[in-house]
Amino acid sequence: MAVDRRNFIKITGLAALGGAAGKEAMDALAQSEAKFSPMDNALHGKRWAMAVDLKKCKKDNGCKDCIHACHSVHNVPDFGNPKDEIKWIWREPYEKAFPDQENEFVPDDLLHASAPLLCNHCDNPPCVRVCPTQATWKRQDGIVMMDWHRCIGCRYCIAACPYGSRSFNWRDPRGADAEGKPYIKEQNPAFPTRMKGVVEKCTFCDERLAKGLKPACVEGCKQAALVFGDLDDPESEVRKLLRENFSIRRKPGLGTQPEVYYIV
Amino acid sequence: MIYDKEKIVPGIVVFIVLFTFPVWYNLAFGSGEGAPKPELPAQEKQCVESKEYMRTQHMDLLNQWRDAVVRSDMRLYLSSENGAKFEMSLTNTCLKCHPNKTRFCDQCHDYMAVKPYCWDCHIAPTE
Amino acid sequence: MLENALKGSRRYWGWIAFLAAVIGIGFLCYLRQLHYGLGITGMSRDVTWGFYIAQFTFLVGVAASAVMVVLPYYLHNFKAFGKITILGEFLAISSVTMCILFVLADLGQPMRMVNMILYPTPNSILFWDLIVLNGYLFLNVIISRVMLDSERKGLEPPKWIKPIIYLSIPWAVSIHTVTAFIYCGLGARPFWLTAILAPRFLASAFSGGPALLILLCLILRRVTRFDAGKEPIQKLALIITYAMAANLFFVLMEIFTAFYSDMPEHTIHFRYLFFGIDGARNLVPWMWTSEILGIVSLVLLIVPSTRRNESILTAACAGTFISLWIDKGLAMVVAGFVPSPVGNVTEYWPTAPELMISLGVWAIGFLILTVLYKIALTVREEI
Repeated sequence: MAVDRRNFIKITGLAALGGAAGKEAMDALAQSEAKFSPMDNALHGKRWAMAVDLKKCKKDNGCKDCIHACHSVHNVPDFGNPKDEIKWIWREPYEKAFPDQENEFVPDDLLHASAPLLCNHCDNPPCVRVCPTQATWKRQDGIVMMDWHRCIGCRYCIAACPYGSRSFNWRDPRGADAEGKPYIKEQNPAFPTRMKGVVEKCTFCDERLAKGLKPACVEGCKQAALVFGDLDDPESEVRKLLRENFSIRRKPGLGTQPEVYYIV
Repeated sequence: MIYDKEKIVPGIVVFIVLFTFPVWYNLAFGSGEGAPKPELPAQEKQCVESKEYMRTQHMDLLNQWRDAVVRSDMRLYLSSENGAKFEMSLTNTCLKCHPNKTRFCDQCHDYMAVKPYCWDCHIAPTE
Repeated sequence: MLENALKGSRRYWGWIAFLAAVIGIGFLCYLRQLHYGLGITGMSRDVTWGFYIAQFTFLVGVAASAVMVVLPYYLHNFKAFGKITILGEFLAISSVTMCILFVLADLGQPMRMVNMILYPTPNSILFWDLIVLNGYLFLNVIISRVMLDSERKGLEPPKWIKPIIYLSIPWAVSIHTVTAFIYCGLGARPFWLTAILAPRFLASAFSGGPALLILLCLILRRVTRFDAGKEPIQKLALIITYAMAANLFFVLMEIFTAFYSDMPEHTIHFRYLFFGIDGARNLVPWMWTSEILGIVSLVLLIVPSTRRNESILTAACAGTFISLWIDKGLAMVVAGFVPSPVGNVTEYWPTAPELMISLGVWAIGFLILTVLYKIALTVREEI
């Protein structure tokens, strides 16, 4: 259900045809394609994916660099309780992250490792299938996007996501606790916050890719354990890594085809 | 047929007159005082589109921008006014020239009693 | 016809005032919720659907159950249901209204609800649910209005209403099937991922709904001059018996499949419901109550001598209704979320404001039901 630019214009065009605007609207439409354009330095991909090198990541299991990098740039609030928690990227123990890997005996370091989890940007995303307003959809480059303007907060996508990657704004993220401490410690004015009543999640930093930057978590990882790139490009770093290392994905049996790969 | 026509019809007339009273009153005695005077940028003279267009259509433009950026991954807007390209961003483009939300946005919005929810999420610069 | 709702006894107005008070409190709580956000409820990051969606699911069943009087009466010309068919249709109207209100109460951004119409999305089951629920409401309003009007005038109902009545029969089945599809198509939630969910929903609906209808008839016999009569109540009791037997049979099939295969992701939710996991046992006493009530009520319904005894039948109907309400209106939705996809066990329990909002919606439903029944019974008395 990806809506690319051409489709977007087609849809708006049909809407305009349906209206009384007539020829004038069509003229405006002809111009509209030229009116909007991507930035010159934008990163373009056909199948964005991420490889998480757990061999590097597990060296420091307490490390939260990627989480801090992501949550601070995206104004992710911290309500200080698990009930209202919002997370785009977080750590989970190995056996919780990969319940399908039922091996009783795995190397000790892996057993005690935790994996960074985020939206898998599935090729076949169940969240997109269930959304009643197209507030979440799959882009042509593989990113599962969210439109926070459109979301009605029905939370059907959360019920459908097998990875727990989606969070709901149970409260106003702009608020503050009883002591007056704001839930968003330091706002990044270049990026919006969300409002109460909408669902949010990782978008592979679409706003940074558009400006030629890699995702914040990738940049924030000092171990270089997170590698982002285009799987469609055989020369990309992700492809190279996945060619040379054995990797696993979360709950592959569900047929969602996650695009986040874990090198164990 | 309507029962109690003699009560209902005058009732409706009285209601309409009372309801529209502020409009009549302003037309007859209004001085136009208190009309909003949004603060314009000191340096920058040229907006992304003409002043007239922005005055009446900025909400449509912002809606287009929103959909283009979020849903179509388009980030630049080609001005039909002067051919320049602008990043389509409420916070990073509009508010760069109009840094004072209270004296620019809110002036008219308060006057017109519209409450756009842009600022529930987009962060306005500190004033 | 409608003005009949405005003329009533002191007791009638007292009851209306009581409902209005409950609605008022519920509305105040809803305003609180709008202001604070859905965090005011017991729902959490792990259990993202709770009491509201469970009530919605349960009430879709009550609405669908109207077909159990409509079908015999109109399709098989079963005359004994002539007196109570309109009561079933009115019950459907009030239940569907409650369903829509519960969905509305559950939305994070209710003022954006029109987005479902502005951006129609056929791949979302919620979109289809919107269509079938509103369609069903519309059908029942039309049918009950036309039928009551011709009854009042002593005329044959117009011919065009017949096809609409026939359409309402599969439509009733569709509302609960589509509602089951909301749940049973999600790979993420193994507890709901079962093809028998829709049949189970229908079986529980066709016992729970008519059980409520019998209780309503018995109440009407006490507080009004309306008497549904013995025969329709006994026939309804028979319908409840078969549907409840099918429902319990389906539940046993689910439990067998889960536990004989012994696949952890299928058994764990049942373990949570009946025994608790990791010390989380909120629903355990409720589930056992539900099962025991269900079985005892079914036995009372099956044995002819107890079924024919109206006071025992009343108890059996109440037992059936409560048992199914616990199963669908409390446990079934929550259990799908426990444990979470990463294996976290987070318990859920509705908060006071959440319960007050729910009570308010129920009160709106009862208000609609009271007013509609008042109109129908006054029309009948005038004939």
